Amino acid sequence: MKRRRDRDLVRAYVITGGRTRPSREMGLVTLLVARDAPLQGLAPEQRRVLGVCSRHGALSVAEIAAHLDLPPSVVTILAAGLMDSGHLAVPAPESDVPEIDVLKEVLRGLRELV
Amino acid sequence: MGSVNLSEADYLPGTVTRSVKLLVAGPFGVGKTTFVGSVSEIRPLRTEEPITEVSVGVDDLAGLPGKTSTTVAMDFGRRTFGGVALYLFGTPGQHRFLPMWDELARGALGALVLVDTRRLDHADEILSAVEKRGLSYAVAVNEFEGARRYPAGAIRQALDLAPATPLTFCDARDQTSSIRALIVLVEHLTAGAEMLA
Repeated sequence: MKRRRDRDLVRAYVITGGRTRPSREMGLVTLLVARDAPLQGLAPEQRRVLGVCSRHGALSVAEIAAHLDLPPSVVTILAAGLMDSGHLAVPAPESDVPEIDVLKEVLRGLRELV
Repeated sequence: MGSVNLSEADYLPGTVTRSVKLLVAGPFGVGKTTFVGSVSEIRPLRTEEPITEVSVGVDDLAGLPGKTSTTVAMDFGRRTFGGVALYLFGTPGQHRFLPMWDELARGALGALVLVDTRRLDHADEILSAVEKRGLSYAVAVNEFEGARRYPAGAIRQALDLAPATPLTFCDARDQTSSIRALIVLVEHLTAGAEMLA
């Protein structure tokens, strides 16, 4: 039985340039900031992703996806490519903070709110 | 495809370099999105991921002839603490989306499982899904107006909770109450991480 292909899925495939996996490890809460780099040669969808990113404050992959109305899986692929090309970067922590300290910072912050 | 105009408040402060993901799990209609909205500093956002029929199982889409894919929507919010951005993701509540949790659970530090005492039996498959993915969790009873109150012991027994699993009560519409429930979860996660250290 021949079924119609889902347009959204086909579209997602097209706008990632045919890539189905990101070129690096990325998750929904991977934080991204923009870097100065020439825009020539970027595909329209890559430009859209860069367009919502800022050099001054990070956004997560999930936020970029929500703002652009793109599936997170598509954003991870586009964003990984933009990291490879130097247009996006993960904000660098001053030191490698262990997970327990990150949790403690969240806990401290939550307790201050009540 | 219009352009997107974000304000400065949509971006994380420049000091934020770390992120934490926690899940707010629970059956459909238990108040996950309300909870996320109560805690979030930004208007809760939604992402939609198209999935193929194969990955949800054929039976689940019975009654939707000709449909070969569906969309899993996830609502999430954010709260910044110093150098850390906490992201809260509401899990898709519908039963047929339970397999979709794998991606959502990847990298999550824990889950707050919201339950409704009027439908405790619905919590069972959620707890199983959380446990199956090895997530540490706490349970919060969302106290709906007019719902009968039960003592914690009875709820623990009904949900078959391990003695170490925290159980708390909250009103998902109330910010302070929701934050207190999150504190119970994060205390539990911190204690667990300390034991491992």
